[in-house]
Amino acid sequence: MKLLRIIGLILFFSGLLLFSILPLFKRTFYLTPCALEHVLSEQEKENLLAELIPLTHIKHQQLFSFANKIIRIHQQKNALLKKQKQWDKVMWDSSQEFAYKLLRVSVKNDSFKIRWSIFFIILVACPLGGLLYILSSDKKRQSNYFTFFLPITSVKWIAYILTAWLLAFYILLYWFPAYIINWVVLVDPISKFLNGNEAGPWFLYGFLYSVVMCVMGIKMFLKYKNNAYQMIRTISVLFFQLAFAFLIPEILVRLNKPYMDLKNIWPLDYDFFFEWNIQTLIENGTLGIFMLLWGILLVVIAVPVFTYFFGKRWYCSWVCGCGGLAETLGDPFRHLSNKNIKSWKLERWIIYPTVLFSIIMTVLTLYTFFSKQNEFLGLNTYEIQKVYGFLIGSVFAGVIGTGLYPVFGNRVWCRFGCPLAAYMGIIQRFKSRFRITTNGNQCISCGNCSTYCEMGIDVRWYAQRGQSIVRASCVGCGICANVCPRGVLKLENSDEHTRYNKNPLIIQKEGVHLVKNT
Amino acid sequence: MRNKQHIVIIGNGISGTTAAREIRKRSDYRITIVSNETPYFFSRPALMYVYMGQMKFEHTQPYENNFWKKNKIELLFDEVIKVNTSEKKLTLKNSTLHFDILILACGSKPAFYHWKGQELRGVQGFYSIHDLKRLEENTQKCKKAILIGGGLIAAEMAEMLYSRNIHTTLLVREKKYWQENLPPQEAKLVENEITQHGIAIRCETQVEEFLGENGKIIAIKTNQNEIIPCDFAGVCTGVIPNIDFLSTSTIKVDKGILVNEFLETNCSDIYAIGDCAQQKSPLPLRKDIEQVWYTGKIMGETVAKTICEKKTIYRPGIWFNSAKFFDLEFQVYGQVGGIQKNEYDSFYWENTTQHKALRIAYHKQSKSIIGIHSLGIRLKQNVCEEWIKNKVSINQVIEQLNKANFNPEFYTKYEKEISHLFATSIHYSA
Ligand SMILES: Cc1cc2nc3c(=O)[nH]c(=O)nc-3n(C[C@H](O)[C@H](O)[C@H](O)COP(=O)(O)OP(=O)(O)OC[C@H]3O[C@@H](n4cnc5c(N)ncnc54)[C@H](O)[C@@H]3O)c2cc1C
Ligand code: SF4
Ligand code: SF4
Repeated sequence: MKLLRIIGLILFFSGLLLFSILPLFKRTFYLTPCALEHVLSEQEKENLLAELIPLTHIKHQQLFSFANKIIRIHQQKNALLKKQKQWDKVMWDSSQEFAYKLLRVSVKNDSFKIRWSIFFIILVACPLGGLLYILSSDKKRQSNYFTFFLPITSVKWIAYILTAWLLAFYILLYWFPAYIINWVVLVDPISKFLNGNEAGPWFLYGFLYSVVMCVMGIKMFLKYKNNAYQMIRTISVLFFQLAFAFLIPEILVRLNKPYMDLKNIWPLDYDFFFEWNIQTLIENGTLGIFMLLWGILLVVIAVPVFTYFFGKRWYCSWVCGCGGLAETLGDPFRHLSNKNIKSWKLERWIIYPTVLFSIIMTVLTLYTFFSKQNEFLGLNTYEIQKVYGFLIGSVFAGVIGTGLYPVFGNRVWCRFGCPLAAYMGIIQRFKSRFRITTNGNQCISCGNCSTYCEMGIDVRWYAQRGQSIVRASCVGCGICANVCPRGVLKLENSDEHTRYNKNPLIIQKEGVHLVKNT
Repeated sequence: MRNKQHIVIIGNGISGTTAAREIRKRSDYRITIVSNETPYFFSRPALMYVYMGQMKFEHTQPYENNFWKKNKIELLFDEVIKVNTSEKKLTLKNSTLHFDILILACGSKPAFYHWKGQELRGVQGFYSIHDLKRLEENTQKCKKAILIGGGLIAAEMAEMLYSRNIHTTLLVREKKYWQENLPPQEAKLVENEITQHGIAIRCETQVEEFLGENGKIIAIKTNQNEIIPCDFAGVCTGVIPNIDFLSTSTIKVDKGILVNEFLETNCSDIYAIGDCAQQKSPLPLRKDIEQVWYTGKIMGETVAKTICEKKTIYRPGIWFNSAKFFDLEFQVYGQVGGIQKNEYDSFYWENTTQHKALRIAYHKQSKSIIGIHSLGIRLKQNVCEEWIKNKVSINQVIEQLNKANFNPEFYTKYEKEISHLFATSIHYSA
């Protein structure tokens, strides 16, 4: 068993190492005028074709210098146009994205052998090694023992290395797509198999996301094999990730239909009401209109109704992709959430303004969509969208949300940022059948529940008073109930009016008798 | 006016802390808690999780450090060495303190029975934070450990040592593990759970002597004259009230501090609560000293009511307790272990493959139930209490068993299996 674990680790780390240095590998790029003609927009042709032609018909061996050449050309031209105040000619796509586009069409595939060996080492060895490690771990390793001793789960050196790695990954993915073309090319065969097209950075991301969730999902199955709630919930998030977030959208693309993750809900899916999306959907006839309606019905009806009956857990820890990653990859880091009253305050000061921000942005977007005016009360719709996309969509949800798992825990985004979670949280707090019931006076204040609550809820505070837990932020993961050594907690949907036991008693009602006149 | 009174509490465990908080809720008195173990209240049952790396010590503290100041509860990290009841004065190690009302909540300490060699390094009990630190040192390079005692703390220590891959043997004096509380079937299930984790259990075995070398333990000698080598010995033979510092005072003590039903000691304005209190006339079916978490809580609240409102009798309600043996959860409500065979009987169900069991004890003639044991199934406390208090008949309880189910959603339900066995049981003949 020990040997298998070591083999697993070696496989995993060699795959990861190869993956990490893959962007530095040499690769041949060969740009043709024909390809340029094909990918450039009219505006780009007018602006840049002349400058780009000298790059064609040359074998470029260095990824970075080639990419940087394109970036420089794009940037210089744009700078010039801005200086000349030729605003109609200025190109708004980022130089990185532009370079990525050209790299993508000029990339030459490696020889068959090299290509497949890299593919196997990374995409097969890595998950397989991980699985081997997980499956050969004994019961103690699958428990919570040593959580605060192991450097990876107690914010020591490995945790920092992992965080640095994740941050770098997200930064490259969001803002430097041209530099990760070697990664993207890696998953071409899978992309072609699924949707007939070459892969893009987001296909790569979706694929890795799904693989990581599956491997870590299996870890969940082992760790919680005696807990039916955890088992079923994990199957559910894996299903929604694989089917709804990954496969169905790809199949839609293959059928020439609009790409849509049918379980992603506004305002988490913040660009759902963006002009381009509405436009695409409307242009796609019945199916498009159905998708538009579906998206609206989810927000207006499904979310409040389901949240009323089941609490926000129906989404956050059963369906959502962010939640899915948090509950699989993030599970080993759940105890790192901060439980201070201060951070609870901070949570409310950040999450509610974020919802407000997303609502204002969407209202502006719709205003612009219908009135064709770009501005309202001095607010420029496109500027606001850009700020939101950058700050909330990328930095918060991605870089901070996932990159900092090993430092701040696995639900930073869900707790502090997600506007959909905030919306459902308000429903859960004020009108829902969901609560966590505590079992009488059984709590021994040990604190396991609070320690392992990923949302930073001080569960013990309520449990030791015999009070039900009704909190906006609770995602109903059920881990508090699982770690409680006295079986004090139970997640329940039941009659709304029994939620608040207003007078939590330490003493059972008949426990104390008052004696008159003594 | 009473408002100016100074209430001093000795001990910041669950009982002292509860008393302080409940007094604060009800009054403006000056409150001081003196304690010598830690500056802030922590959960004693959680110490094991710190050793296992499942929590950090700070996680065992139920309140943030600024909580006490906010609630105007003064904390004094010091030790009381003498109580002068006539002058109402406490002598501490570093100062003296005057009180108007004194609440003794000084808890317990591990019971040692004057074994030869008990002072050797590597021999210890497990109660306080100091014990935790010593345990950390004593088990650094430990390979083989012996645990003495067949109770709950022994099971907890067994799990702690198991988490550190220390080979452990449990010595139990009785025929079965935790015999005073568990009927043989339950004891067997629990023993299985423990041995499945690689821990050896030796029943009817007692320690005679700890053998050492250079001041450190190397083996123990049993009452069967067997010598078992080990490099650590955990003494889990129960706890006794921690009251040595009262020996010079006029407060009456026996095993513990003697109190009446109002938790008053023989001296006026002095109360005792929690582990250290001994009831002069214990309630029917209950022990004079109950060393559990929730009774400390109830006593704390009771004494607060007495001091701030009206004299209040301590009534802990229907007995209950819960524990966990590795992965096996155990709950008890009312009276089950040690019931009178001629008057009472019990119905027992067990699912051997899933390691679940339920026992309901009832009065033979009236059929009303008096107690419930459950292993591996969580039951609702208030439902079980109602049943026992209202003397509900066993037939009715079996019929409504699902009302008491507190297992998480999607768990397998056993009510049908149980009621089927009950209906067909020859054991129960109407
Ligand atoms: C390992 C372990 C596990 C347990 N698990 C459970 C469980 O699962 N469920 C359950 O119900 N019970 C459990 N118990 C029992 C429970 O912890 C006790 O019943 C409870 O802690 C008693 O609380 P207390 O406030 O009476 O005393 P304590 O918690 O002992 O607090 C008394 C405090 O007073 C201090 N003190 C004493 N004398 C002086 C002095 N002269 N001057 C200053 N300070 C002094 C002590 O240092 C101590 O800090 C467990 C006990 C142990 C040891
Ligand atoms: S309170 Fe419990 S169920 Fe809710 S988020 Fe925290 S651990 Fe999960
Ligand atoms: S884990 Fe259970 S016993 Fe411990 S504090 Fe939480 S509710 Fe209480």
